[in-house]
Amino acid sequence: MKVSGAVPPVLETRGVTKRFGRIVANHDISIRLEKGEIIALLGENGAGKSTLMNVLFGLYRPSSGSILIDGEEVSFASPREAIAKGLGMVHQHFMLVPTLTVTQNIILGDEPVILGHVLYRAARRRVVELSERYGLHVDPDARLEDLSVGLQQRVEILKALYREARVLILDEPTAVLTPLEVEELFSVLRRLAEGGTSIIIITHKLEEVMSLSSRVYVLRRGELVGERRTSETDAAELANFMVGRDVVLSVERGEAVAAPEPILRLEAVSVRGARGIPALRGLSLGVGPGEILGIAGVEGNGQAELCDLVVGLARPDSGRIVFHGRDISALSLKRRMEAGIGYVPQDRRGSGLVLPFSVEENLALGSCEGPPLCRRGFLDFRALRENALRLMEDYDIRGAGPEVSVSTLSGGNQQKVILAREFSRKPDFLLVAQPTRGLDVGAIEYVYRRILQLKAGGTAILLISMELEEIFALSDRIAVLHGGELAFEAPTSRTNEIEVGEHMIRGRTDRRAS
Amino acid sequence: MSGFAAVLLAPQLLEATIRLSTPVTFAALAAVVCERSGITNIAMEGIMLVGAFFSAYVGWLTGNPWIGLLGGLVAGAAFSLLFAWATVSLHINHVVAGAIMNILAFGLTRYLMMVCYGRQGTSEAVPLTLDHYRLRVPLLSNIPYLGSAVFNQTPLVYLSLISVAALAWTFARTRFGLSLTASGEHPMALETLGRSVYRVRYQAVLLSGLLCGLAGAFLSIENSNSFTEGMTNGRGFIALAANIAGGWQPVGVFLASLFFGLVDAAQLRAQSIGLIHLPSEIFLVFPYIATIVAVAGLVRKSRPPAAVGKDFNVEGGGD
Repeated sequence: MKVSGAVPPVLETRGVTKRFGRIVANHDISIRLEKGEIIALLGENGAGKSTLMNVLFGLYRPSSGSILIDGEEVSFASPREAIAKGLGMVHQHFMLVPTLTVTQNIILGDEPVILGHVLYRAARRRVVELSERYGLHVDPDARLEDLSVGLQQRVEILKALYREARVLILDEPTAVLTPLEVEELFSVLRRLAEGGTSIIIITHKLEEVMSLSSRVYVLRRGELVGERRTSETDAAELANFMVGRDVVLSVERGEAVAAPEPILRLEAVSVRGARGIPALRGLSLGVGPGEILGIAGVEGNGQAELCDLVVGLARPDSGRIVFHGRDISALSLKRRMEAGIGYVPQDRRGSGLVLPFSVEENLALGSCEGPPLCRRGFLDFRALRENALRLMEDYDIRGAGPEVSVSTLSGGNQQKVILAREFSRKPDFLLVAQPTRGLDVGAIEYVYRRILQLKAGGTAILLISMELEEIFALSDRIAVLHGGELAFEAPTSRTNEIEVGEHMIRGRTDRRAS
Repeated sequence: MSGFAAVLLAPQLLEATIRLSTPVTFAALAAVVCERSGITNIAMEGIMLVGAFFSAYVGWLTGNPWIGLLGGLVAGAAFSLLFAWATVSLHINHVVAGAIMNILAFGLTRYLMMVCYGRQGTSEAVPLTLDHYRLRVPLLSNIPYLGSAVFNQTPLVYLSLISVAALAWTFARTRFGLSLTASGEHPMALETLGRSVYRVRYQAVLLSGLLCGLAGAFLSIENSNSFTEGMTNGRGFIALAANIAGGWQPVGVFLASLFFGLVDAAQLRAQSIGLIHLPSEIFLVFPYIATIVAVAGLVRKSRPPAAVGKDFNVEGGGD
């Protein structure tokens, strides 16, 4: 290598574009990473961060553009080739085998062998040596499932270092860590960078960017919208980049009834999540008739648990859920539906519909226990068909007849099937989660119009969305969920996207303010 | 009292236990290999049956039981590859595919009986069986009680003992064993480290086919001299139970198979010396009852591989 010439970046992308069918997940992205540098890729969910990383790691092939390592163009057909070139990835969902030991996990796929026999003693020595060199202490003989999540992540990092990774890519590394573990991780990463390892962290948390990285790239909707030195920017500017000031889909929202008595109220509700960690902490909120309360927040801040609680898939550990003045915390899901609670779930294909069932069957779900769809325990197929035809007409469900499997419909029409089913029961309260995820503009507009129609009819609506534009387009009031707590609440007319966006990312800015 | 002692302490009982457990041991090891790689295999019964038929047929044609054994191995391997293709490449539900394999094996062997021998029921006897090559290990066979039972055995019995040790070693020490375990616990982890899960699972199913072939050969050309339709008699399913009771570990599975062999041997012996006067059908039920008891008693203590029975699809694994 020439002494005079500038050292090429360790990793560089030039105009990388990745399309899936008609969807452009990454458009013309150029980033570079110098030796020993920590950069951050910042963006909301669905901004294209993970796609870009999967392109870098050889899981996807770029549709156009190129990747350069040490100034040389490379093309990876598989992760193995990326690993061979010195890339190491720490996945958000760990790629570790819980029943194997730390040593086994680290060497898996790259074991020192003689005639097929793993040299476990040598491997163990190597692991001990690595963990000492980088200060990543972990018992090499422990079974992985006995380790804390923080230590498991450490094993993931060691796995990359064992393969002599010069570039370490971490996808949402702090999502599952406790604050203490986050601190430890950061000091480990800083130490690695000082030793010459280059690091990319993918995140949507501003404070991590500010405290760890030297440069930051901001992605929005698959495009690079900004690049800054961390020392020359601040959280507000980054939040601005991240959320953007794009056109808000404008809809005539109509006036909310002033200070109505809430139809549904959560009173200091707390619940534990999957790992026993509190997912909701003393959450209180209420929605009145003819009102839409929009819950903004980054995914994973308690939205899923909130949905489960309200519809009756989970019981609160403490606190109450009050509906029409009655405590319904202990009521079953079915009873709640009968009492007038409707639900449009986020995962429409997984929990909203029974995909192999026909449109008419899906439309009848939940109301086929008695007349008019069912008589003496037998389904009345003629009534089912009539019900379907009427709703398909009313809700403009197109693309198939009532007898066709709902899986053949487009996303927009599938969502219309769910709306038709739920709305036709005339619920007093409706919970809508991510109603327009993956839909095209036309369908979005339709869904918005329908939701607003329902609201005009006096239904109380709780809207949960990770998309700020949606929250602003529909809500009368906006609340921000952060770390299972209500970080912010205000009428839509008295706040803006920047303010809400900042609370989404940083939680409560002033703890004493009410 | 003395009658029971006579049954349980006779060296013949231990000898019979080992012999009766041998096919179950092979098939249970087959189950271990398959399930540790993530493939639920209920087709051992069928693969074993096919192996038994071809061992007897090839052994009869050639007059050489060793070539017969080879025939059984090849048939077991080929039949199991069909299963691998169905489960790994075509992504068919493992239990459905396994059930079909079993039905296919029963139909196929019955059909082949007609084609090859022109009759149903039992095939022609092979002129020479593997029992002819019984090997008395010098010195070791002189150990009292144990010696005559364990060290004066036929070839496949020894091979089953060697297989247990070899597979235990494979899982504990080799790269293949580590890959198998990873493939059954967290296939995506293995795939992202650059090792093909499809390949590992094909290898596992193939190896299990060979083991089932050995089990079949034992039944038709070592323990007897001919093939009889349905001669596996549920051993493939008892092996499945042994796999669970043995905690998906070669040695554990061997002990569980021995237990089933012991129950079987004890009932045969009790029946033959007329120790207890019960209808013989009752005795025949013993091994199956033992299966239920053992599985019900032990199943909660062991944990299956996390990804067993779950389809793995590389293309769908992205996103």
